[in-house]
Amino acid sequence: MAEVARGHYFVPEAAKWPIVGSIALTLIMGGFAAYLNGSALGSKFSIVGFILLVVMLFGWFGTVIRESESGTYQPWEDMSFRLGMSWFIFSEVMFFAVFFGALYYARVLSVPWLLGEGTGIETHLQLWNTYSEIWPTNGPGDLGESDFHMGWWPLPFLNTIILLSSGVTVTWAHHAIKVNHRAQIIIGLFLTVALGFLFVYLQGVEYIEAFHAGMTLSSGIYGSTFFMLTGFHGMHVTLGAIMLTVMLFRAIRGHFTPERHFAFEAAAWYWHFVDVVWLGLFIFVYIL
Amino acid sequence: MNAYATHADDHHDHHGPAPGLMRWVTTTNHKDIGTLYLWFAFIMFFIGGFMALIIRTELFQPGLQIVDPHFFNQMTTLHALVMIFGVIMPAFVGLANWMLPMMVGAPDMALPRMNNWSFWILPFGFAMMLSTLFMEGGAPAAGWTLYPPLSLQTGDALPFIIFSIHLLGISSIMGAINIIATIMNLRAPGMTFMKMPLFVWTWFITAYLLIAVMPVLAGAVTMLLTDKFFGTSFFDAAGGGDPVMFQHIFWFFGHPEVYILILPSFGLVSEIIPTFSRKRLFGYSSMVYATASIAFLSFIVWAHHMFTVGMPLIGELFFMFSTMLIAVPTGVKVFNWVSTMWRGSLTFETPMLFALGFVVMFTIGGFSGLMLAMTPIDFQYHDTYFVVAHFHYVLVPGAVFGIIGGVYYWLPKWTGNRYNEGLGKWHFWLSTIFVNILFFPMHFLGLAGMPRRIPDYAVQFTDFNQIATIGAFGFGFSQILFLILVVKCIRGGEKATDRVWEGARGLEWTLSSPPPYHTFSVQPVIK
Ligand code: HEM
Ligand SMILES: [Cu+2]
Repeated sequence: MAEVARGHYFVPEAAKWPIVGSIALTLIMGGFAAYLNGSALGSKFSIVGFILLVVMLFGWFGTVIRESESGTYQPWEDMSFRLGMSWFIFSEVMFFAVFFGALYYARVLSVPWLLGEGTGIETHLQLWNTYSEIWPTNGPGDLGESDFHMGWWPLPFLNTIILLSSGVTVTWAHHAIKVNHRAQIIIGLFLTVALGFLFVYLQGVEYIEAFHAGMTLSSGIYGSTFFMLTGFHGMHVTLGAIMLTVMLFRAIRGHFTPERHFAFEAAAWYWHFVDVVWLGLFIFVYIL
Repeated sequence: MNAYATHADDHHDHHGPAPGLMRWVTTTNHKDIGTLYLWFAFIMFFIGGFMALIIRTELFQPGLQIVDPHFFNQMTTLHALVMIFGVIMPAFVGLANWMLPMMVGAPDMALPRMNNWSFWILPFGFAMMLSTLFMEGGAPAAGWTLYPPLSLQTGDALPFIIFSIHLLGISSIMGAINIIATIMNLRAPGMTFMKMPLFVWTWFITAYLLIAVMPVLAGAVTMLLTDKFFGTSFFDAAGGGDPVMFQHIFWFFGHPEVYILILPSFGLVSEIIPTFSRKRLFGYSSMVYATASIAFLSFIVWAHHMFTVGMPLIGELFFMFSTMLIAVPTGVKVFNWVSTMWRGSLTFETPMLFALGFVVMFTIGGFSGLMLAMTPIDFQYHDTYFVVAHFHYVLVPGAVFGIIGGVYYWLPKWTGNRYNEGLGKWHFWLSTIFVNILFFPMHFLGLAGMPRRIPDYAVQFTDFNQIATIGAFGFGFSQILFLILVVKCIRGGEKATDRVWEGARGLEWTLSSPPPYHTFSVQPVIK
């Protein structure tokens, strides 16, 4: 890691937003839990919590943006933000790894065992000797009674093109920041955000198609892994697109200089991360 | 550590803390946040301890005495969750907050606002977790490992326990990110990686473990949630899933987690022993490499928790050998601690006593771990009290003794007052005697076949259980001495010098005792 210039490291005074964030998260999660238990009040708590969270994010990031624009941060502080964002993304990678792991486990181990491979022979003979599906499968219990298979053509393929191009446009915007070409920054970001939301939209179309064919989260292990992987990915794309939207507005307001634009870079890193996850999905969920 | 400050902090013109309660709620100061974490852990220690005493009271005699079996199971589950996530981990983070910036010459933690948030999620997470005790169907009772399908039979508590685990995970991940950023970015000039004190090193590596595995736990419990409420079948064979898959995912988190619970204590002991031996730590770089290899290996041993679940033979063999491999770097560490003391001029103040207790009793736990690592032997021991004895040896006279030793070591620095050494020694000896009375008989119980997590047992197990229960009460009440000692020390006492211990080395000792609110605003230069 490069040595960065040292001056006085910025240590903020008292912070009021974190506690608001804690209350918000507790309301969201506690409310959702109560909702799942059938309480009518639960969803109300969640909504209040969610609003509070949005307020907190505006307040907290607003403070940071003001500090940044007034030149509070030097390269030294900047480096802390970079480290923070990188390791946050790494934790997200590990989160997705779990669901990819589950997909791998089901396809390579548990489904073949149910089919009688290896040590699974007794289970197969005693419990489910008529079970013969390989993949996709809704399991020996024929859950959800759907044998729908998500092909990679045409929507997922189109979505791959869309996300990859959005990776290009965001890089274009980054180059524009470096040469301080305001119009290109804005166009590049706008295209990225538009492609991002288009992706989410098409994903929705695909889901509706699946639902019509009777495939849901409850369609056995195929439906479970499919919807959890693509669903969490879609949520991350949405989040990334929102981050980039904020960057778009900031760019319109004249924020970011060729030297200092870490917020933009953080959003771009995040965007590349969801991009890479999608490639994994495209290969392991759709093609293979 | 050959770090000497050329100039200590001479720059105290900063604002002090805000007055009143809001100081603690809004603070961004690493020392305040460290204090919050440590008190939080201490309070949870008594709550978790209270649950343990309920368990031990029930087990004093065979038959059902004071609680019904379902409540007993809630106690074992919550006791573990509280002790792991509410005591050991927050105590480590508290020590890290207090000490890392002072040990590497940093003005504060790298991301002070997020630091506040990491702490302030915890009380909410635990309020949510403990509130499940009052819910329809009671608290979760399937064990802290939350294995399905049993855990899916939890009542209203299930989504709450899952979300509380999410909250604790978010807190840990943010804490770990902060620690990594501080260590990578805020070290004083000249404080190269291989000059960092070992407590800093072990925390550095622990932080990576945390970031790598807390999301895995989050994923695992999320799948429990969707299996229960959204119809997925990750852990349901009828849908093509497999309950054993949960165990794989859980232990992929779980084994690195147990190292998260021990590595910072390794660091603490590696700070304390050289000070009271008046020698440099023997084999500094081998300590660093050993820690790193333990961390690496911890990712490829998880299925030693699942030997009896019906894995393919190749899996049993692989995980047996990889597990035994971990004993090698662990042995390196124990060897280095002993060699550090070899021919040192030793004194036995309370921190040193706890560190020595750690070395001896952690090693006992390491050896029982090795026994469990042998697959054919584990078939006999799995899910018996032998396992309970093993992990309590590594966790209580291991991890917890390390923490207590660290608190004694730095308490004079934090408060500016010396604690009562006599009381400290009483605390150590009582704890050590009772912890062995408590946990040693569990080895015999396990070898004789007493299963874990049951409220009742066959009469032939009575004697050892009664001994263990006596030990439990003794150990629990000894901790009240610690509380008294800490409170007394905060309120006054003989003034501590800056260096506190004549053998102490490192940047934190160049600061006054207690240190000013902001330290190292101007970084020292390490030669
Ligand atoms: C020398 C290194 C170690 C080895 C070889 C080892 C081995 C094992 C094995 C094989 C088991 C599974 C026993 C069974 O369920 O049948 C186990 C359980 C356990 N170990 Fe260790 N261990 C070691 C160190 C540690 C350390 C350092 C800690 C924590 C500080 C720890 C905490 C635990 C816990 C909490 C369990 C029980 C988990 C549960 O089932 O609830 N171990 N250990
Ligand atoms: Cu383990």
